[in-house]
Amino acid sequence: MSEYSIVGRRLPKVNAWAHLTGAARYADDIDLPRMLHGRLLRSTRPHARIERLDVTRALAHPGVVAIVTGADMPEKMGIMPSTQDETALAVGKVRYVGEPVAAVAALDEDAAYEALALIDVEYEDLEPIFTIEAALEREDVKIHDEARRANVFKEVHLSFGDLDAGFAAADHVRDEWFFFEGTTHAPIESHAAVASYGADGKLTLWSSTQVPHYLHRELEKVLGLPRSRIRVIATPNGGAFGGKSDPFGHEFSAALLSMRTRRPVKITLDREEVFYAHRGRHPVKMRVKTGVKRDGEITAVELNSYLDGGAYASYGIATTYYTGALLTVTYRIPAYKFDGVRVYTNKPPCGPKRGHGTTQPRYAFECQLDKIAADLGLDPIAYRQRILQPPNSRTVNDLRITTMGLGECLGAVRTATGWDRKRGELPRGKGIGVAGSAYISGAGLPIYWNDMPHSGAEIRIDRGGGVTVMCGTSEIGQGSDNVLAAIAAETLGVYPEDVHVVSGDTSLAPVDLGSYSSRVTMMAGNATKSAATALREKLFAVASEKLGVPAERLAAAYRRIYDLGAPERYVGFVEAANLAEARYGTLVGAGSYKPPAGIGGSYKGAGVGPTPAYSYQAAVAEVSVDLETGQLTVERITTAHDCGRALNPVNVEGQVEGSAYMGYGEAVLEEQVFRGGLHKKPSLLDYKLPTSLDTPALQAVLVETVDSEGPYGAKEAGEGPLNPVIPAIANAVYDAIGVRFDETPITAEKILDALGKRDNRAAPKDRIGPDGLGDGRRDPGRALRRLGASTEARERKRAGTT
Amino acid sequence: MRQISLRLNGVARTVEIEDQVLLVELVRSLGLTGTKVSCDTEVCGACTVLLDGRPVSACTTLALEADGRSVLTIEGLAKANQLHPLQQAFIDNFAFQCGFCTPGMILAAKALLDERPSPTAEEVRRWMEGNICRCTGYQSIVDAVLDAAGRRP
Repeated sequence: MSEYSIVGRRLPKVNAWAHLTGAARYADDIDLPRMLHGRLLRSTRPHARIERLDVTRALAHPGVVAIVTGADMPEKMGIMPSTQDETALAVGKVRYVGEPVAAVAALDEDAAYEALALIDVEYEDLEPIFTIEAALEREDVKIHDEARRANVFKEVHLSFGDLDAGFAAADHVRDEWFFFEGTTHAPIESHAAVASYGADGKLTLWSSTQVPHYLHRELEKVLGLPRSRIRVIATPNGGAFGGKSDPFGHEFSAALLSMRTRRPVKITLDREEVFYAHRGRHPVKMRVKTGVKRDGEITAVELNSYLDGGAYASYGIATTYYTGALLTVTYRIPAYKFDGVRVYTNKPPCGPKRGHGTTQPRYAFECQLDKIAADLGLDPIAYRQRILQPPNSRTVNDLRITTMGLGECLGAVRTATGWDRKRGELPRGKGIGVAGSAYISGAGLPIYWNDMPHSGAEIRIDRGGGVTVMCGTSEIGQGSDNVLAAIAAETLGVYPEDVHVVSGDTSLAPVDLGSYSSRVTMMAGNATKSAATALREKLFAVASEKLGVPAERLAAAYRRIYDLGAPERYVGFVEAANLAEARYGTLVGAGSYKPPAGIGGSYKGAGVGPTPAYSYQAAVAEVSVDLETGQLTVERITTAHDCGRALNPVNVEGQVEGSAYMGYGEAVLEEQVFRGGLHKKPSLLDYKLPTSLDTPALQAVLVETVDSEGPYGAKEAGEGPLNPVIPAIANAVYDAIGVRFDETPITAEKILDALGKRDNRAAPKDRIGPDGLGDGRRDPGRALRRLGASTEARERKRAGTT
Repeated sequence: MRQISLRLNGVARTVEIEDQVLLVELVRSLGLTGTKVSCDTEVCGACTVLLDGRPVSACTTLALEADGRSVLTIEGLAKANQLHPLQQAFIDNFAFQCGFCTPGMILAAKALLDERPSPTAEEVRRWMEGNICRCTGYQSIVDAVLDAAGRRP
């Protein structure tokens, strides 16, 4: 029998009833008296100066109440304080088709929509930049004047261990290029915000946001309204996946329009606008060079990544570092060099999508490891299991690892899929492939520098035994409310249905940094556990007295505080709470959490990558390829995930299956692509999301390593499980048809091309993928050398002076 | 403006609407916000309601088309404190995460079970193709529909 009463049980979600009966209120469902409806005018040009912006005609349109433009909110904003390069509405210049330029509030949505056509905008077109290569080379065209070289947003250069010696010691080296196409989150709920500025001079903003705290800060900055007068309420998100973790123009616009009109204002993006809001997966070109000994032991890895960032920063600094940071936590790498460059282009800004920056290099590296295994005649699972980074270790780039369940995950998928029977035994056209990966359980550092907790929780116990947990987390469908309810219930000895969770409200709940980087279970979970533990001590003190038993001998479960030595002797939870309130006064417990020190290095750039504990996962994909049509069918994806401990196994399985589904979409169907700056498929008709018919059979296997950093041993589950799926599919396709797919997505057209069947004259190919930047004939190192020269000089100077 | 009469979640109602008003706009304006707008192009199924028992995308159906007919939205499915077997099965099979597609999913599934009380897993997947879920990967949804089918008398 489990030592826990709630943890580990397959319990339904605490908020299930509301979601199943249509009673759950998402942002767009909010309807307030006298509410106005807002719409955004968006840029029709990829890169242009705004010569004239005149709203006179629009203001005269019947039903229009107010209009705001960039000039009303010129303050720079953005999620990362050090790279704020965006304004709520465009000021002076537009940088992508779809960038918001003006916002209209009207009595109804139709009037607002009609008014958009009456806003007079004159643009002076500037030369646009659409590719990584052009962005690196065109010094004469600046998307942002502040960019120091060409259109480089950020470049990073890190080196650990003796790379030259590593490659010199290698018996075999692979050096090749990969490309990961951009994709978008496409949550089923589009972004929406409702602002209400009251007669009391206070602003309330309801928004489908993952980051109410960061939004709170940016609202203060842009609106010039003290934060003490702003309340942000994150409504239940109808899916987010990273796409609602930036501050957005519509949020500021709704707020300012409400302040101007003293009426509530709602702005809901339509589906096309969601594709422009984007902040999705960066397209990344990567060069990966790996040296190995004859037995496969890695001697050195060198990675260059080139990220197409789109028009603005978003989380770009972190994304750039993430393309390098986590490659080291899975397999032993004694020497590692990473150079990353993120450029601006005239496309919607890229940002964090599930797996944030780690998904692309993980795909490249796991495909390359599969080739190395084939080169050396090794079984891909056994090979990976032999080169694992050990638990309780530090990586070459100084990341601290605690529990490490990748070996168990690989073993679990081997068994679950019958790998040994299938690998190498399947007929042509059928294939099976594997990949491993890892992810963080929350970023080790906050987005703005401060010494305060990353997460705080307050718990109140009322006289009827009700427990209220207040925490600033945002419930985006991942089940964060459920996790907090389970932890509070377990710690206090009640049932999840006794727990009310108040989340995402900056006035009612202590700060939690937000539902990003898979941090909630680890950080808000620990804060909640600590708050509940503080309260439990009070309950135990009074129960100890009542039962005449020392507090150490007490336990709490099933709404009782009982004697471990004689469980029939107990005080009921309500009675204990009443006794404790009589003794101590109002029963409120507070807890907070900050990641421990010493989990990462101290070099510049060491802030991205550390986490209290890494999750690990392995996936096996089974595919079949129609050799005549090129149609790829992914039949089954089996993912094993080391989640530390499954607080609620169904929650974890849901995350693992959902990740496999999303990874499948990215591997095979989805691409956020453009033609001359115009999005090629900004609708769900054209941007293909996997349906119930497309989606493979999914199986989740949970591996529990019980990490001492996590609440009850738990680690993350929301993002890591996506990462191995994409390379596992690519590796399975190789097993099926002998073709390496070093770029995504793996479409039927590309498969036909590889099979030599797209037209009659083509010869079959054994690889689809890039050979370098541009057409591959250019010297791939040139641009980087040119860009890196001065940085290396700076680094040398710093090294010399310290 | 014109007047239409419909039976909405079992209650006879007469409402005045403009010709171009969509069915999703009508039901949402009446406070039935469980019907969601998402793709606006009849692709995703989040706005699914039952019109005379048949699933339609309310985002591309004129409210006029409901004149003289019955409309069932998610709010009309549970009976007092008793969830419909499909709703209960969605809870028991953990068949939702964010819940945004769920009302449409459940109504589409109801139409399937009304027509085919004991579908196979393959039939469920085919039928539900018009309802996109971005969270679950569908497995749990298919399980829930099959489970609900088994519970019905």
